[in-house]
Amino acid sequence: MSETEVLAGLADIVNEVTGIPASDVQMDKSFTDDLDVDSLSMVEVVVAAEEKFGVRIPDESVKDLRTVGDAVTYIVKAGVSA
Amino acid sequence: MRLPAGSPGARILGVGDYRPVRVMENAELETMVDTNDQWIRERTGIARRHIAAPDETIVDMGAAAGAKAIAAAGLSPVDIDLVLVATCSHADRMPGAAPQVAHRLGIPSPGAYDLNAACSGFSYALAQASDAVRAGSATRVLVVGSEKMSSIVDWTDRGTCILFADGAGAVVVGPSDEPGIGPVVWGSDGSRGDMLTCTGDDPFIRMEGAAVFRWATTSLAPVVREACARAGVEVADLQVVVFHQANARIIDSLVRALKLTDDVVVAHDVVDSGNTSAASMPLALARVLESGQVESGSLCLLLGFGAGLNYAGQVVTVP
Repeated sequence: MSETEVLAGLADIVNEVTGIPASDVQMDKSFTDDLDVDSLSMVEVVVAAEEKFGVRIPDESVKDLRTVGDAVTYIVKAGVSA
Repeated sequence: MRLPAGSPGARILGVGDYRPVRVMENAELETMVDTNDQWIRERTGIARRHIAAPDETIVDMGAAAGAKAIAAAGLSPVDIDLVLVATCSHADRMPGAAPQVAHRLGIPSPGAYDLNAACSGFSYALAQASDAVRAGSATRVLVVGSEKMSSIVDWTDRGTCILFADGAGAVVVGPSDEPGIGPVVWGSDGSRGDMLTCTGDDPFIRMEGAAVFRWATTSLAPVVREACARAGVEVADLQVVVFHQANARIIDSLVRALKLTDDVVVAHDVVDSGNTSAASMPLALARVLESGQVESGSLCLLLGFGAGLNYAGQVVTVP
């Protein structure tokens, strides 16, 4: 799956979990500082992303996903190796 | 050798609660740690919680709740022959709280022991009480959840001190012709014990909040479905759900996952009482009954989960 496809899918998930407009979910945006996604909503985003993209994102990796770009890159890589 | 006849079923005969007098609003926590009312409400749903007096103990609170439960059941202390206290914050290793609670209430020489399954403790104790009645090991059991979490909270840790609180809840379990307490579904995952701890090396609760949240919101809906299936009822038949009151967002997530409809009464005592660990379910059940929203005999799902990790749930009928 391409970065563009993952970004679009992730933006939909963030919108569903938090109500933030999908168009605000851009690669350079920080989940906490820019999008105001709290740690529990981040868990919900990760769980939904695992299901949508068929990847595993373990607890210890979640804290490294600071920006939307971090998450997109992680999911693309995990998708290739899955 | 002979065995007692026991009882075809067991049910909850009465419920009682005790909430410490002191109420701590979120605003008070703002003066202690870097937090604020909005932050706490958004992440936990908690608005306030009860905090025990410095000299108030698990035994004091448990006996107060137990007395109310025995009265609500229309019984006297002499009618009780087994006392179980679920707690993870009892200050003393010995003696246990249960014999002390029994003594305080004037229950003569019952079987009495404590049970520590952390936040799941009440469902574990309720299952043991039900089994004891059905097997004939006891006839009427006082089941207490009593916690003084304020005594094991690090009041400088904003991730936990905003959550935990004090109180006690109790039920009396007795024999019945029709089953009023369904089969328990319980389990554990000790490999993830480090997610939520209070160890000998550190007197305070430590919690990986996001990891616990993830476990609770992804692993527990199947436990509820299994508890219903084993009791022979549909999830859609539930009229009341009382989950462990850890966090309103966990409760709301489970409600969504189980597709519970708006007419199901969902306990949200966490808003006013915080997370009281093993006391949270009987406290929340008492509040639901007080509200008058629930008729006697309604089908109610209880689900405890927490440190261990462990969990336990069962379907019951409310008294």
